[in-house]
Amino acid sequence: MKSLLVALSLTTALVMPAMAMARPVTLTTTLSNYGGDGAYLALYVTDAAGAYAGSLWMAGGKSKYYKHMTDWYRATNGDTAQIDGITGASVGAGRTLDISVDLSDALFDAGYVLHIDAAVENMRESPKEVSIPLTTDGAGTPVKGRRYIADFTYNM
Amino acid sequence: MIRAFHRWPGLMALALLVILSLSGTALSVFPAAERLSAPQAAAGLNVGDLAMRISTVYPGVEQIKRSPSGKVTAFWFDGDTPGSAVIDPATGQGVGSADPNAALRWLTNLHRSLFLDDTGRIAMAVSAGAMLMLAISGCLLVTRRVGGWRRWFTRLRGPLAGRLHVEIARVAVMGLALSSVTALWMTASTFGFLPDAGATPDFPAQVSGQTGVPLNTIATLTQTPVTELRDLSFPYADDATDVFTLTTDQGTGYLDQGTGALLGWADLTGWARVSETIYMLHTGQGAAALGVVMGLMALGVPVMGVTGVLLWWAKRRSSPRLRHNHPASVADTIILVGSEGGSTWSFAATLHTALTQADQKVHTTDMASFDPGRYAKAHRIIVLAATYGDGDAPASAKGFLDTLSKTDLAIMPSMTVLGFGDRSFPAFCAFAAAVSEVSEAKGWKRLLHFDTIDRQSTHDFTRWGKALGEAIGIDLQLIHQPVLPETQALTLISRRDYGAKVQAPTAILRFALPHVSSWRRLTGRGLGLFQAGDLLGIVPAGASVPRFYSLASARTDGFIEIVVRKHAGGLCSGQLMALEAGDTMAGFVRRNVTFHAGRDASPLILIGAGTGIGPLAGFIRGNAGLRPMHLFFGMRHPDSDFLYGTDLDYWQSQGRLAALSTAVSRGVRQTYVQDTLRADGANVADLIREGARVMVCGGRDMAAGVSEALADILKPAGLTPKALKAEGRYVEDVY
Repeated sequence: MKSLLVALSLTTALVMPAMAMARPVTLTTTLSNYGGDGAYLALYVTDAAGAYAGSLWMAGGKSKYYKHMTDWYRATNGDTAQIDGITGASVGAGRTLDISVDLSDALFDAGYVLHIDAAVENMRESPKEVSIPLTTDGAGTPVKGRRYIADFTYNM
Repeated sequence: MIRAFHRWPGLMALALLVILSLSGTALSVFPAAERLSAPQAAAGLNVGDLAMRISTVYPGVEQIKRSPSGKVTAFWFDGDTPGSAVIDPATGQGVGSADPNAALRWLTNLHRSLFLDDTGRIAMAVSAGAMLMLAISGCLLVTRRVGGWRRWFTRLRGPLAGRLHVEIARVAVMGLALSSVTALWMTASTFGFLPDAGATPDFPAQVSGQTGVPLNTIATLTQTPVTELRDLSFPYADDATDVFTLTTDQGTGYLDQGTGALLGWADLTGWARVSETIYMLHTGQGAAALGVVMGLMALGVPVMGVTGVLLWWAKRRSSPRLRHNHPASVADTIILVGSEGGSTWSFAATLHTALTQADQKVHTTDMASFDPGRYAKAHRIIVLAATYGDGDAPASAKGFLDTLSKTDLAIMPSMTVLGFGDRSFPAFCAFAAAVSEVSEAKGWKRLLHFDTIDRQSTHDFTRWGKALGEAIGIDLQLIHQPVLPETQALTLISRRDYGAKVQAPTAILRFALPHVSSWRRLTGRGLGLFQAGDLLGIVPAGASVPRFYSLASARTDGFIEIVVRKHAGGLCSGQLMALEAGDTMAGFVRRNVTFHAGRDASPLILIGAGTGIGPLAGFIRGNAGLRPMHLFFGMRHPDSDFLYGTDLDYWQSQGRLAALSTAVSRGVRQTYVQDTLRADGANVADLIREGARVMVCGGRDMAAGVSEALADILKPAGLTPKALKAEGRYVEDVY
């Protein structure tokens, strides 16, 4: 179990809409026992139009593998400045990643969608392993990922 | 110096290198197994057709991957359930599980990171660096030992551990160097030190917005043979803005899912290609046969590790501690030691102790530390020098000749040189002889003429010490006690006596094989798998130095046999000749690989006189393959000392002995074995031209006579005994 506190000062797009109004949000990602090495996970947000809005976390330290999180990589062109200071270790099969972030109120109930791209060495890449709209009602409701994520929840 | 670069990385990284090599060998099997088991695509099959086949069987297909082994894997979604399988390209049907192999994953993680992630990766990279350093320093050491690159695969001599170490190394070193260089490259790549990231084209800004183009009509796919495919990712089912992503051996590109148009392409960069090649060379993925070969070579690492530690330990144990070693500036006697394996050092220690006891102030040091400017009070310098390889300086004498030839002293102490070596080598004591010559040319006086010690003979050493003592004017008794191997009690089972009538009492003594527990045998404390030609060391009661007798039997014969002649006043031969059946003597076996018959089928010319017939009779007895063996045997009188006479008749009738020529030195016509050799000269020359090997055993005078006779016999053929010796085709066991 990891508990990390992240101040999203860098990802300007996420804090800009309402700079003053932000709340702590806990993101809990539990991986299934998929029988492979540690997974790289990219957590990021797109806006109502589907455009990339900013990154929340990158689990996985080696930038040469970021291209395997294909959708995140396309959206950011692999720009590591997007995840500067919000990078941690990859997450082993069956383990849980816990992150706390301060998210702007304006991100909720406004069409923003949180995505997780996942990649595991020698296994199938899984862009948009999870795509979940950010809504006040949806908080606390676990969703299942496509391949590697057993469940993902955000709590406010 | 090079030795230090070999020893310390080896000792420190030993455990990790063993893990690396064993896991590497295990891993090398996987690419080969995958290559053999994976269904291969038919020649000419293109990616469009393959993708069409697969998507027909699995409509929810998301990704098709092809590994370098040719294995095609498909991943799909059936509703919400992900699926995957190894695909038969001929049908598009799944034929096996695509789940990752747990053993492979476990081994890979052990091999590259000891399950410790980046810390482990760094540890393993350091080990790979140590391996590379071992490979380079090892190459230099082998080159030095055999006397040049061109003699890389020359025959080796010496103790088993050392030979095994080098035999394996000179075959495996290329694979190990390749493995370690590629490992270091891959680590650098993993940590992002290399600009070898695969280029990705920019995602297309504009797509057609249509979907559903049939896969086998997309030109880019139908023009790409399956053998070049690496990955084809399908667009998201419900996303019209998404595209196909195709990765081939050439690069990566995007394809429109409505029109099939190529929307962007990026070629593989040069760096990426180099990294991929290196990955292939290291893992064997895409080069399975190479992988298996490298895996087998890696198996040599544990053996080299064990033998390397044994060598180091043996050398360490044999390095003597010197007491009362005076500083160079006050010593009256300087002993300089040029030693490779440490045995010359142990002789130097004996000399040091004896001189110290005779009230001399002695300074003993390496030849490499030769510093004549400091020898202010020295009367004499004594050089004890071994020879390395083809006449080179041994490890502890590097640079000595240079220093010596540059030295000009006003008052020179005397310099006496004693060489240590093995007469069966062509460059016997060549380095010591060179030292002697240079010192003489530079005007150094000498106490004694240049002398040599053959095969660590303690007798030679005592004799030389006596002469040295006389020259100095002291009583010098050099009693050298080499560290003796553990002995076994040997029980005599039978004896056959000869030679009484010709005043040369001789006996063939046969001992029972001692019973040795399997544990002791395993730890090398039994007699081992000895062969005829090896030496039996006998330590007589009342002495500490063993005497050596050539073995006339092999372990497989089931007994130990030697031929002994009683020498007047001989302690050991006296005790052996007094043995009756049931009596015991303490003995051990010493390998003598230069005097083995070998396993090849080339003819053998065996030449011996008197007790020298022992090992030769052993070769003939063991000649089950009926290799042509010609024996020239010299005796005194056939009625008295025709050793093995009846056995030779029997062996000849069996075909184990092809021809027998005898010489009789007493009687009407006195002949010696070299005379019979000359008489049969034409035949002998023919045999040698056809590749025969000559093995001589007996007294020194006899061997000298044989060498002379052979020189005359071989002259017309343009051959010399010296050249044959250099090839290992003319070996002597002389006493």
